[in-house]
Amino acid sequence: MDHQARETVGYSFSESTASGVKQHGFYPYTDNGGSTLGITGSDFAILAGDTRSTSGYNINSRMVPKVFKIGGDDETGEGANIVLSVVGFAADGTALKERLDTVVRMYKYQHGKPMTVSACAQRLSTILYQKRFFPYYVHAILAGLDEEGKGALYSYDPVGSYEREQCRAAGAAASLIMPFLDNQVNFKNQYIPGSGEGHALAAKKAEPLPLETVKGLVRDAFTSAVERHIEVGDNLQMVIITKDGIQEVYHPLKKD
Amino acid sequence: MDKIVAQYSRPSYQNVYSEQDQQDLTESLPPLSLKFALPPVANPSAFLRAMTDDHSNPSCPIKLAHGTTTLAFRFQGGIIVCTDSRATAGNWIASQTVKKVIPVSRLSRGEDKPTNEPTPGLLGTMAGGAADCQYWLRYLSQQCTLHEIRHKRRITVAAASKILANLTYSYKGYGLSMGTMLAGVTPQEGPALYYIDSDGTRLPGNLFCVGSGQTFAYGVLDANYRYDLTEQEALALGRRAILAAMHRDAYSGGFINLYHVKEEGWVHHGFDDMNPIFWKTKLESGEFSNVTSEL
Repeated sequence: MDHQARETVGYSFSESTASGVKQHGFYPYTDNGGSTLGITGSDFAILAGDTRSTSGYNINSRMVPKVFKIGGDDETGEGANIVLSVVGFAADGTALKERLDTVVRMYKYQHGKPMTVSACAQRLSTILYQKRFFPYYVHAILAGLDEEGKGALYSYDPVGSYEREQCRAAGAAASLIMPFLDNQVNFKNQYIPGSGEGHALAAKKAEPLPLETVKGLVRDAFTSAVERHIEVGDNLQMVIITKDGIQEVYHPLKKD
Repeated sequence: MDKIVAQYSRPSYQNVYSEQDQQDLTESLPPLSLKFALPPVANPSAFLRAMTDDHSNPSCPIKLAHGTTTLAFRFQGGIIVCTDSRATAGNWIASQTVKKVIPVSRLSRGEDKPTNEPTPGLLGTMAGGAADCQYWLRYLSQQCTLHEIRHKRRITVAAASKILANLTYSYKGYGLSMGTMLAGVTPQEGPALYYIDSDGTRLPGNLFCVGSGQTFAYGVLDANYRYDLTEQEALALGRRAILAAMHRDAYSGGFINLYHVKEEGWVHHGFDDMNPIFWKTKLESGEFSNVTSEL
């Protein structure tokens, strides 16, 4: 069905001329596993990630953060107002983080004001697309506060298509966490009891959640993902962006 | 006073540019700088295919987001543009809320606005690689805006579509994947609709459906399309064709995104969840009788 469905598309995916499976001598990527997650509220945004780093079935480190402050005044990230999470191939993630960080800092020096999250989001998209033919093996999520002070969250595919969202999970356990988020943040498939019979039942409207609720959801999402995914565990890094600045907290996760 | 006015104003057609200026202006597109990073291998496109093409290699490591069903058609009242909102990366539904209709030209007006006023400019649609469409339609916006500044009039759809087609043609074989439609109404052309894809194809036409759900949308559209459709009929037909594609094509779904392009500009007619629309269509019009409504 997959094959057929794609065949009906009018434009062609370039076809391989050689038949059979090809062996490639050049494989520059490693999947370092792990998962990230972002949720926004009316006046805050949270980006979180586990800190395990894997390669195949090996756990190489239990403390490799995936969430980075972007555009800070020094190497500690002090003074930043944008946060980036990257999951996938850690080396590509670090390279991407450093590029974006440089761009955002140069912007501040040149314009005398910090870059807005929406501008930074567009810039990240073009940075990713510059490597359209040799992609960064990453799923990036960018978070901050928009011009109105509302939580802003942008999610990206590896070559830079992006979208502003309320919540997004990426990485190894995205398929475990995202459905939970759809239900608990956007209230998907939740209905108002007694609002009607059968198909007339009214859907529950999504509204921004308070900070404490969201913190709880993030911790629940990760403790649950750790139970069912081998590449997720060790510690939970949670970065909370509010008008008062960026707060970073760590919680232990299971180490098995 | 008249002298000063005469000195600083002139009809737009008057030639006041030097030969060099003229040349710069006619070469309105900057030479394509291939500033894209390429992998250090003999055949970059084979590498890209091995890493990202889910079609030829279902276990490829990098899954890119793909868009699916989009349609646009010309009728007496302008052009209807309608899309679904699902993005898939392999079998994974990456997003159900993708905006596959992208305003082109007038970058500052790209945001969703609550107003019902028509917004001038063209509309582009996204099918195939989400990033390819977003990036190159943005590049096209830039070129259209520059055109507007240089020539003191809005670009025609024919010219805009040619910029995009020349671009995709110049990247032929690199592995871009996009099937896009450009819709707009200009004084020179009236309502105009073009199909452009990553092979370099550029076709003018009255009616196009693009993406994995195109066949289902064509089925509904071809059966019910007339040029003299009223505005309400045309909007309903666009919505119904996308609904059919969402129902039968697994790669399509989510929300129905509907636009109407008129002489004054484009108007947004909603981003609506398909589920209630499906049940309304079934229960009130008696369509989709193949599906049971038993609970």
